[in-house]
Amino acid sequence: MKILVCLSNVPDTTTKAKFVNDNKVFDTTGVQWIINPWDELALTRAIELKSDAANAIENITVITVGKNNVEPTIRKALAIGADNAVRIDAEPSDAYFVAAQIAEYIKSNPFDVIFSGIESADHNGSAVGGMLAEFLNIPSVSAVSGVSIVSGQVKITRDIDGGNEEVTSELPVVAIVQKGIAKEPMIAAMRGIMMARNKPLNVITPAEVEALTEIVNFEMPKPKPACKMIDPENVKELVNLLQNEAKVL
Amino acid sequence: MSVLVFTENWDGKFKKVSFELVSYASKIAEMLNTQTVALSIGNVQDDELKKLGNYAADKIISVKNEKLNILDNQAYTSVITQVAEKEGAKVVILAQNNMGKALAPRLSVKLKAGLGAGVSKLPSSTEPFTVFKKVYSGKAYSNVVIKSDVKILTLAQNSFEFEENTKSPAIENFDANIGDIKTSVSNVKKQTGKILLTDAEIVVSGGRGMKSSNNWAPIEELAQLLGAATACSRPVSDEGWRPHEEHTGQTGKIIAPNLYIAAGISGAIQHLAGISSSKCIVAINTDKDAPIFEAANYGIVGDASKVLPDLIQAVKEIK
Ligand SMILES: Cc1cc2nc3c(=O)[nH]c(=O)nc-3n(C[C@H](O)[C@H](O)[C@H](O)COP(=O)(O)OP(=O)(O)OC[C@H]3O[C@@H](n4cnc5c(N)ncnc54)[C@H](O)[C@@H]3O)c2cc1C
Repeated sequence: MKILVCLSNVPDTTTKAKFVNDNKVFDTTGVQWIINPWDELALTRAIELKSDAANAIENITVITVGKNNVEPTIRKALAIGADNAVRIDAEPSDAYFVAAQIAEYIKSNPFDVIFSGIESADHNGSAVGGMLAEFLNIPSVSAVSGVSIVSGQVKITRDIDGGNEEVTSELPVVAIVQKGIAKEPMIAAMRGIMMARNKPLNVITPAEVEALTEIVNFEMPKPKPACKMIDPENVKELVNLLQNEAKVL
Repeated sequence: MSVLVFTENWDGKFKKVSFELVSYASKIAEMLNTQTVALSIGNVQDDELKKLGNYAADKIISVKNEKLNILDNQAYTSVITQVAEKEGAKVVILAQNNMGKALAPRLSVKLKAGLGAGVSKLPSSTEPFTVFKKVYSGKAYSNVVIKSDVKILTLAQNSFEFEENTKSPAIENFDANIGDIKTSVSNVKKQTGKILLTDAEIVVSGGRGMKSSNNWAPIEELAQLLGAATACSRPVSDEGWRPHEEHTGQTGKIIAPNLYIAAGISGAIQHLAGISSSKCIVAINTDKDAPIFEAANYGIVGDASKVLPDLIQAVKEIK
């Protein structure tokens, strides 16, 4: 079985959002880049699955669409434990563009299980995994909080309103993962970092695809009015304000 | 031409979000000078279907088919596509929730329609079609132009004030063509009788400042009293003090209730990413400098173990 993990390169989650050029461009000054948290958990789960020989996983590939500035992120994925990496050499202009690029690659390099994160920490689109599946005309399962392999069959746990259910799917399948897929992201060990240098990182020319959306500009949230402080000895006042001022009770 | 809106039901009754969606769709239909078509998939009876007319649906299409009792994303996408094509939909609208997130991207590819995911306002213009959405987990917003002829939108939770505007739409039963289903479902575990965190209008949440799982009684009592759901910060679910479903934030659930009460939560940026769209935030924290107070509308500097029981008392007095 072959696993592909889609990776997105995003600003560290503590980054303050700032914009330049008339609020048209995200200001990358001083930004630390990380593997999108859900993608990192997906990679972790893939490595856990591979570590059990019974699951017969031949290899784990990570793929990203980005220019060469994303290479540290993809090297990190190799250091954590992916076997090889693919970078499609293009600016990821929108989710449709990214999914189309990855789909093109998969058409000539098939995988059995494809992981993607439920959303990216930058554009919050929740889109690439589902789009990819539709481009390939294969099943997708979203809101995935668990993946295991039982006698060669992939068992997926999907969250539903108020609980979860088990989904069995024909392969290949795209699993769009969220919390629960792995406990903690795996950290690269020194040995992994050394080994990563010699693992293959394939750079691929992008296909002709036109993005369907375009960002005009960014806006900062309106400043919130200052927090009204209430005397801890007068909690009644809070209830009064919630009822009569905020009108939420 | 039309605006198509995909509604969701729960055991045959529409979810509240479905009315929000239909109302939102009807406003876009007005902007485009066309009609609103609401699609319902599943076993919803005519009496219930008619309710969509209260939010200005011009036409209702109902698809009932055994095969659609489980959510197979491919099958659902195919049904919505058939309806969208038959109705000449220019815009297709879904909720930004589990189901919408599963289906909208597939529809985007199937209909070659640009996706505006998690929009929180009406489009600022229809020519070019410009939508407004949250980015960087709520730290900013973006205006995005959708360039394709057909557009797919998912509407962020609790972002649109819906209004009643009664019409009496015709109900059409549509016999969709459903191919082979490639997924199957088993072992469904579903809690009933509990308010769902993602649907709740009020949420009472506890953080590490609650000190131990034994101290959750006042949070639960307050929630019960307010008809609220309970939530927690990530360390609390990591410690196993509370179930994982309650974890809110960047890597947990993203919610937008009318009222979010945070007790003993410091207000880390990753926590705020999950709750900052709440209409009103109340913070209870012993540390007056805790960042949660920057996000909150109302704050009490105090010990949650004392403030919460007082709050319960005060709420009882008005109920
Ligand atoms: C990639 C990444 C993703 C993350 N995702 C999430 C996420 O989704 N959700 C999330 O919550 N966190 C997330 N975190 C963790 C986050 O950074 C914080 O560590 C976490 O939110 C802190 O939880 P807390 O507020 O409960 O605990 P603490 O930060 O320990 O705060 C406890 C607070 O309780 C107060 N307190 C103490 N005693 C009392 C008392 N008796 N009464 C009242 N107040 C009291 C203290 O003053 C303090 O402010 C993430 C971190 C990373 C790196």
